[in-house]
Amino acid sequence: MTALLPPRRTLADREDVLGAMLLGPALAYVILLVGVPFAFAIALGFSNATAGSLSFGWAGFHNYGAILGDPIFLRALRNSVVVTVGSQVLVVILATAAAQVFRATFRGKRFARFVLLLPWAVPVSLAAIAWTWIFDSTFSVINWTLKAAGLLHGWLYWLGDPALALFAIIIVQAWRIFPFATVIVLAGLSSIPQEIVEASIVDGAGFWRRLFRVELPLLLPVVAVAVLFGVVYTATDLGVVYILTGGGPANTTHVLPTLAFQRGILGADLGQGAAIAVFLLPFLIVVAIGMLRLAHRTEVGGAR
Amino acid sequence: MKRVALYAAALAFTVFAGFPFYWMLITSFKQNRDLYVGASDSSHIPWIFNDPPTLDHVKLLLGQTDFPRWVLNTLVVVVAVVVITVAVAVPAGYSLARLVGRWGERMGMGIFFTYLIPPTLLFVPFSRLISLLGLQDSLGALILIYPTMTIPFCTWLVMGFLRSVPWEIEEQAMIDGYSRLAVILKVAPRLIVPGILTVVVFSFTLVLQEFVYALTFISSVNKMTVSLGVPIALVRGDVYHWGALMAAALFTSIPLAIIYNAFIDRFIQGFTMGAVKG
Amino acid sequence: MDLSTRDGEFLVLLGSSGSGKTTLLRMIAGLEQPTSGEIHIGDQRVDRDVPPRARGIAMVFQSYALYPHRTVFQNIAFPLEASRTPRKQIEEKVRWAAEMFSISRYLDRYPRQLSGGERQRVALCRALVRDPKVFLLDEPLANLDAKLRNTARDDLKRFQRQIQTTTVYVTHDQVEAMGLGDRIVVMERGKVRQVGTPQEVYEDPVDTFVATFVGQPPMNLLDTGDPSLPPRTLTGFRPEHFLPQSVFGSGEDLRTFRFAVRRVEYLGSDRYVYGSVAGSGTPDATIIAKLPATIVLAIPEGETHEFAVPRRALRYFDPETGLRR
Repeated sequence: MTALLPPRRTLADREDVLGAMLLGPALAYVILLVGVPFAFAIALGFSNATAGSLSFGWAGFHNYGAILGDPIFLRALRNSVVVTVGSQVLVVILATAAAQVFRATFRGKRFARFVLLLPWAVPVSLAAIAWTWIFDSTFSVINWTLKAAGLLHGWLYWLGDPALALFAIIIVQAWRIFPFATVIVLAGLSSIPQEIVEASIVDGAGFWRRLFRVELPLLLPVVAVAVLFGVVYTATDLGVVYILTGGGPANTTHVLPTLAFQRGILGADLGQGAAIAVFLLPFLIVVAIGMLRLAHRTEVGGAR
Repeated sequence: MKRVALYAAALAFTVFAGFPFYWMLITSFKQNRDLYVGASDSSHIPWIFNDPPTLDHVKLLLGQTDFPRWVLNTLVVVVAVVVITVAVAVPAGYSLARLVGRWGERMGMGIFFTYLIPPTLLFVPFSRLISLLGLQDSLGALILIYPTMTIPFCTWLVMGFLRSVPWEIEEQAMIDGYSRLAVILKVAPRLIVPGILTVVVFSFTLVLQEFVYALTFISSVNKMTVSLGVPIALVRGDVYHWGALMAAALFTSIPLAIIYNAFIDRFIQGFTMGAVKG
Repeated sequence: MDLSTRDGEFLVLLGSSGSGKTTLLRMIAGLEQPTSGEIHIGDQRVDRDVPPRARGIAMVFQSYALYPHRTVFQNIAFPLEASRTPRKQIEEKVRWAAEMFSISRYLDRYPRQLSGGERQRVALCRALVRDPKVFLLDEPLANLDAKLRNTARDDLKRFQRQIQTTTVYVTHDQVEAMGLGDRIVVMERGKVRQVGTPQEVYEDPVDTFVATFVGQPPMNLLDTGDPSLPPRTLTGFRPEHFLPQSVFGSGEDLRTFRFAVRRVEYLGSDRYVYGSVAGSGTPDATIIAKLPATIVLAIPEGETHEFAVPRRALRYFDPETGLRR
């Protein structure tokens, strides 16, 4: 098979052309169907477009003025922050603890791991509907269990009371995200070089000192990744709130995505919907910066 | 002593993660009179079968609701989206990993970041776009839009995967007389089949789990996907048929969970971008 | 195995990978448990329930295992913090150790900013501050480049002489072992083959494994077919003793060989001559002669020459067991 090939470079050799061709469709998709709509989303915030017609008229800051004076919007903004921060704090605590448990070997570990992953694997909407049933005012299993354990003396109207409902939302978000965070932390734990852990053992560090002085600091980049993704998944999530409370009772548990949906899609006011959704950007920018910092750290050979 | 604490903790986490699914399970098969007992009634234990289990809810789900139709719709969308994603993301990932050099890394990151732009921001302009294209209330809308979620992440997955596959094999092929194109067509697929598999699985799970776009674009009950139809449309009047609802949730969750378990390590590699040696 | 160290000695565990040398070291450290037997450190029995930190040992890993998120100072201070030493004492001790290894100016840097040799010294400092009864070193020179290794070896030996702490050192490099060890433990596949000073191990190997493992190039072994020996006995002699007959003075008791020379390698300070010896029971075995540059006699390839070995340099081995007769 050593026939001499023509020395000319054919098109099939031009790596740059090939590279561009292979990359083309993806770039086109991303630019046309993500980049452009993204820009359009921001532009819509300044328009008075509605879903009914294909009109587009400039409205300046009218939408923003309207929503910033709207107590429902301000509440939704506050809720978004509360739910995101609250659930992620829970997630970090749960995930680091669960990772410690699941790095050990014990009987039934495979089954436990399978169950642990269920909240993350199941579609958001189905998990949400299951939790709606669990939190149901009349039939709630949680109420029954708490009462049977002697911990509940009144009654908890989970989804009917604004504060309780928000708390319920936080629980559901933490519940569905912590398995994902746990797996990431577990992977991080196993990537700590064995010899460093052994060195700390030989150096005389007990379990807790090892955990807090050696392992957790080395885990920081990994935990950060988990938190960043968790923030994105929680702040931008519509399913849990929409199905659990629909934003109620009386618009008290709206978060930015659900309010944007209600006003923009159901209410057909595209301009206002877009303006509301734009307030998600701060969350995303913080995450993007966080990711870039992390990537830079590992490139420069950060902690290795 | 430490052993006991370990098992207790493992049990606690497992129960916390799993009890909703257990609840789903028994709700699906409980008779209505065993199910709809007020929780304030302490004499009735909701966690067990007080009456023998029944298949009534399952029968209702499969026979008298649109659930089978939704499953079909979902499958159609899944197949289409998977095909599009593999066809677009895999070559793109290959190109970024092998062919484009230094700014390939930057572009790869850029593409990955578009994954972070959420549906709940884009659905507003998309609704206008879908109306423009006349795709409202159709599966075509989903088939068009879902790849915007799968392509960025899967391109990144393929990139990462290729970085761990030695390129000497391809270079050897080029020395042996294949052009770059021939190498791509002949040699590369075999090397990255596991990566392609991960792309397929990820796209599959993402389509099954997606709710926001489905909610935005689909209004007719017979066009809904499972993830949309179950929580929204399994309602008769004002009444939620919880038994059937939970059965539907269960049937959808189990296969997904099995798949997730098998592929979780690969996904994590993609998510952590090499911050962790997967 | 039954092994004991002498106080303050530098003991080297020598063997190839899989010989068990690292496992033995880790058992002494307490990172692995023996399936049977006892380990004593000082007058304390440690193998059953005594954790590493209570054994009075300090260990330097092959990768140095420095804590990447802590400065050099904090790395060295870590074991002292673990034993709850007062702040002021920690400061003094760390600075003292850093002085000893001349790394005081790096105290505020991070491990990733240091070179391999500097990191190794930090690891040694960290071990030093524990005032251990035993130092355990796992191939600490393996990651350094060749030039650095010689000076590092010298530094290590002088340092150990100075502090006079018993040291157990693992390596697969027999040159290192010979240079560093007060005594060498030659190990193979989990068993101790020989324990002795470098001289004993080199000149009086106890079996064919030790004879061929120690020494570069390895000892020549062949069946000379000598009728005065039991049949198939292996006769061994080191390449540096295998020289052209004309080099030896008269009056030396020699064993002569007809050496068919295949190839000569000129290596500057030595010449290696590869060939085979006629009339032996193993005619295909490659025999090597190591001629110092001071012997200028020409050795053309392809010819047969008269070579000889002083009888006192011959060693005899049983062909079945490999043991020395």
